[in-house]
Amino acid sequence: MRYLEAGKRHAVRFTLNGELVEGEAEPRLLLSDFLRQTLGAYGTHVGCEHGSCGACTIRVDGKAVRACLLYAVQMQDRAVTTVEGLAAPDGLNALQAALQKHHGLQCGFCTPGILMSLEQLLEEEPGADEARIRDVLSGHICRCTGYHGIVQAAVEVFGEVFGKR
Amino acid sequence: MKPAAFDYACPDNVGEALTILAERGAGARICAGGQSLGAMMNLRLMSPEVLIDIAGLDELKSIAMTGGAIEVGAAVTQAELLAWPDLAKTQPLLAWMLPWVGHYQTRQRGTICGSLAHGDPSSELPLALAVLEGEVLLASRRGRRVVAAKDFQLGMMATDIADDEMVVAARFPTAQVGAVSAFHEIAQRHGDFAIVAVAAVGNRNSVRLGVGGVADSPGVIELKWPVNNDQLNDFAWSLGGADDQHATARYRRELVRRIGRRVVDEVRDALS
Repeated sequence: MRYLEAGKRHAVRFTLNGELVEGEAEPRLLLSDFLRQTLGAYGTHVGCEHGSCGACTIRVDGKAVRACLLYAVQMQDRAVTTVEGLAAPDGLNALQAALQKHHGLQCGFCTPGILMSLEQLLEEEPGADEARIRDVLSGHICRCTGYHGIVQAAVEVFGEVFGKR
Repeated sequence: MKPAAFDYACPDNVGEALTILAERGAGARICAGGQSLGAMMNLRLMSPEVLIDIAGLDELKSIAMTGGAIEVGAAVTQAELLAWPDLAKTQPLLAWMLPWVGHYQTRQRGTICGSLAHGDPSSELPLALAVLEGEVLLASRRGRRVVAAKDFQLGMMATDIADDEMVVAARFPTAQVGAVSAFHEIAQRHGDFAIVAVAAVGNRNSVRLGVGGVADSPGVIELKWPVNNDQLNDFAWSLGGADDQHATARYRRELVRRIGRRVVDEVRDALS
């Protein structure tokens, strides 16, 4: 049994966007803080820190989950994907470009989390309609856009991806 | 917004988890998905000495049909049960209610049994278990026992789980031939906790109506056809309920009367 004592730092190793990363963490260290403060991956934003706002949503083994409700020590040997892993260095991926086109963001605080949720949905349910997209987006709070541009962007990308299948 | 310090235990099997529970008692807390527990720990509403992570235990990951019930292991997530191909066929009420449990993102990790063990009076899964008259399977070093839904949840976030026990599975009876169910919920935003949630299961003789979000635990009543408004009013008053930041007790009673009527009528119409 793996048993990690409180107050001590323990080695943690997992893949972040395909690259092996290592660090030390006390059991209580949130994954969101480990990503930002230990690994310096600032793309994942921290909002409410109790699972409500969706800003810190990342993907663990493909599933969109709240990084503030996970501990770094739970990520041993897992595959973590964050917003930094979406686009090639020279551009944006389809969802990112569509958000820009449809004014799906203003301040951008909620955007990384929203992208990670929509990425999973796009992989698993490319046929998702607007109602389903809105249902998934209900797990995110955006105070700038009124959601309309985000929904438009997603509907456009899902339509294109589904049309090619 | 950060949890207090805790030991993190990742047992290799249920036996190891039970040993820690036996040794550490009330200081230990089982964590499956951690979608409620983690939030409460971040808010310092809970500070366990040791967190026992059971999310990776294969022996708790099965969804199986056993003796007229769907038995759901303690590590099965809400998303996994929702994606189980037989769900809508075997228990349509669960298939309707699960999309109301949290959000897409919390259902990926949040478990069925974790929600039951958490025992929030406004959450959907305790209501589903109560209306369907399901059971919870508990284990400890002393042995295993089965607790009926009505004896399991004792009050607000209070259950019959002893300090050295853990939930290993929950059993939801499958829909009986000729039975019909319905569900409605009012929340401030889809995925938020219910202000009032009403579920019903009926057959030609009677309808069983359950209400979440009003009393400290789900309220259930069995009514013979035809069901009149006075019965729904009496039921609404019997649940008690209190004013809080989301709604007044009076508003909740009104919702029980109105959503109760709608749900009961949907069952009646589907039966006729």
